Amino acid sequence: MSILLSRASRVLVQGLTGREGSFHTEQMKAYGTNVVAGVSPGKGGTLNLGVPVFDTVADARRETGAEVSGIFVPAPFAADAIMEAAAAGIGLIVCITEGIPLYDMVRARAFVEDAGAKLIGPNCPGLVTAGEAKVGIIPNHINTAGSVGIVSRSGTLTYEVIQGLSQAGVGQSTSVGIGGDPILGLSFSEVLRLFKDDPATRAVVMIGEIGGSDEEAAAEAVIGREFGKPVIGFISGRTAPPGKRMGHAGAIISGNTGTAASKLQALKRAGAQVCDTIEEVVAAAGAAVGQPSSAAHR
Amino acid sequence: MKFLEYQVKERFKAAGVPVPDGRLARTPDEAALAAGALGPIAVKAQVPVGGRGKAGGIKLAKTAADAKRVAAEILGMTIKGYTVKEVWCETAQEIIRELYLGLTLDRDARKPVLILSAQGGMEIEEVADQHPEAIAKLHPDPWRGPLSFEVRDLIFRAGLGPLQAQLTPLVVKLYSLARTYDALTIEINPLALTRDGGLVAADGKLEIDENAMFRHKDLHGADESEEDPMEAEAKRRKLTYVRLDGSIGVIGNGAGLVMNTLDLVQREGGRAANFLDIGGGAKAEAVHSALELLANDPNVKGILINIFGGITRGDEVAHGIIDASRDLNLTLPLVVRMTGTREEEGRQLLQEAGITPAASATAAARSIVELSGGSLR
Repeated sequence: MSILLSRASRVLVQGLTGREGSFHTEQMKAYGTNVVAGVSPGKGGTLNLGVPVFDTVADARRETGAEVSGIFVPAPFAADAIMEAAAAGIGLIVCITEGIPLYDMVRARAFVEDAGAKLIGPNCPGLVTAGEAKVGIIPNHINTAGSVGIVSRSGTLTYEVIQGLSQAGVGQSTSVGIGGDPILGLSFSEVLRLFKDDPATRAVVMIGEIGGSDEEAAAEAVIGREFGKPVIGFISGRTAPPGKRMGHAGAIISGNTGTAASKLQALKRAGAQVCDTIEEVVAAAGAAVGQPSSAAHR
Repeated sequence: MKFLEYQVKERFKAAGVPVPDGRLARTPDEAALAAGALGPIAVKAQVPVGGRGKAGGIKLAKTAADAKRVAAEILGMTIKGYTVKEVWCETAQEIIRELYLGLTLDRDARKPVLILSAQGGMEIEEVADQHPEAIAKLHPDPWRGPLSFEVRDLIFRAGLGPLQAQLTPLVVKLYSLARTYDALTIEINPLALTRDGGLVAADGKLEIDENAMFRHKDLHGADESEEDPMEAEAKRRKLTYVRLDGSIGVIGNGAGLVMNTLDLVQREGGRAANFLDIGGGAKAEAVHSALELLANDPNVKGILINIFGGITRGDEVAHGIIDASRDLNLTLPLVVRMTGTREEEGRQLLQEAGITPAASATAAARSIVELSGGSLR
């Protein structure tokens, strides 16, 4: 099933009746995702897009056996939604919402950890297991099933890689956008470990960016320790000046930490193949899974 | 949102963190009055950036005449792009030791971290570099906050045991201020030990999480708009913009993609004039507004637009580009790379309008560098 999500996963959507929530639920269903429930407080008992809506996550889980939640609720309420999902026993929580206050996230993250759930995001595009299911906002038409795993902090750059691979005839196993915020759920290290143990994944593309030290930590603790599969690394923001926040709340070089140079060096030292452009990433990933591609001229 | 020193100290004072007596002055005469009331004072430029002392923005004044003279020097100065409009006049302190107390978010631990150091007065990053052993940290549980015994342990680890009784409540107050204001950073630096044995916040810093501003609508921080008129204008247009020092204007959707576009421009020998993210699901108007902003920047010699259509649609973006070029009478070189949702429709619209879309992001970067005057390195 690749990692985290399959066509069998029973998915609920928190904030299903909102503008973003309903648009993307439709897309998720169109992709084949098994969307079993929606949650919108006060709208329990209704049907939306053919999906039963519940007032609480606990109700939805009890009635439908949902085990994965996608969260599209506005930022002021999103941390509470994450905790509600964790408290109800949801195992995988995917929070798309951007702009959640950091103290809210710090608490929600600790809560999720205590509940033993996995959190992806926030401020992320979600994940897709190609050809099976999707939770989040990654465009449907770009994915092709195959054996390259993708883990990335950036949304649109993830799409670029997926589309580049697909156009080059190189399919993906699961693509995971972990998000661009300073306080995140799953880190590069945790997603890489899942890919390591996944028989459906034969090579991994890791798209990092400036800020923090998650890339370095993953290089040292996971990639450099008998990872056993080719890792193709890419870091955006090489030319970003220190002290300037480049859009993502987490993309900032402060002091000596977070530079592209440090991340690239750590990846190289760990044995990852480091690329300069997305075109190179696509070519390298194709070569790694035995499909030398014509991607470079795309 | 950042705050000026005096704004931070007002909040410290209200929370029971001791601060020197002070008054705000907007003219040399007001500074003279402050010295008359307070005695010897420090006259301090109020700007939302560090390095004021080195820039000559902090001076001592023994008498009212002194205060008038130094305030006249400081008011109107420019420090890192900010014109000094106010000075904070506060009782000069007899400091015998400078400590550091602060709180920030520790990304790796995914928790806030309290930092205490016996080496205050300089940037905490410098202390961390040069004297890592002089720094003690505590990651309080985000639900219950720091407990007294944890704080005592922090103080002992920082080698400040003798000040434990005074420091403990101060640490707890700082944490509670951080929570109250959703502080990304809150600092007392230096935390001054004075000759009479008291601890006083000689300087303070506070930066609030922008994501949490909906909880703090009543707060007014420093006016940061002076720093850069382009950044101020971008903020008004609700565009995510960062000024850079090159000449190629860059517009894209998604932070990672825009950052990567800047890298590609540099790789092809050019330098970007800015980072500009129009965000996901952007409509024609956002593209229009972004182009208008860059077209008015005299540093921009050419514009590169790089769009991946996910939720954003190629035809929408194309309409924005075409309308903006017409409305603005755009004469600057313009290169567009567009892929993803409704790519074909978008490319066709552009072609009909005489704008040739580039084949790839790399090709687009190469092309704009050539068109806007070649390699600028």
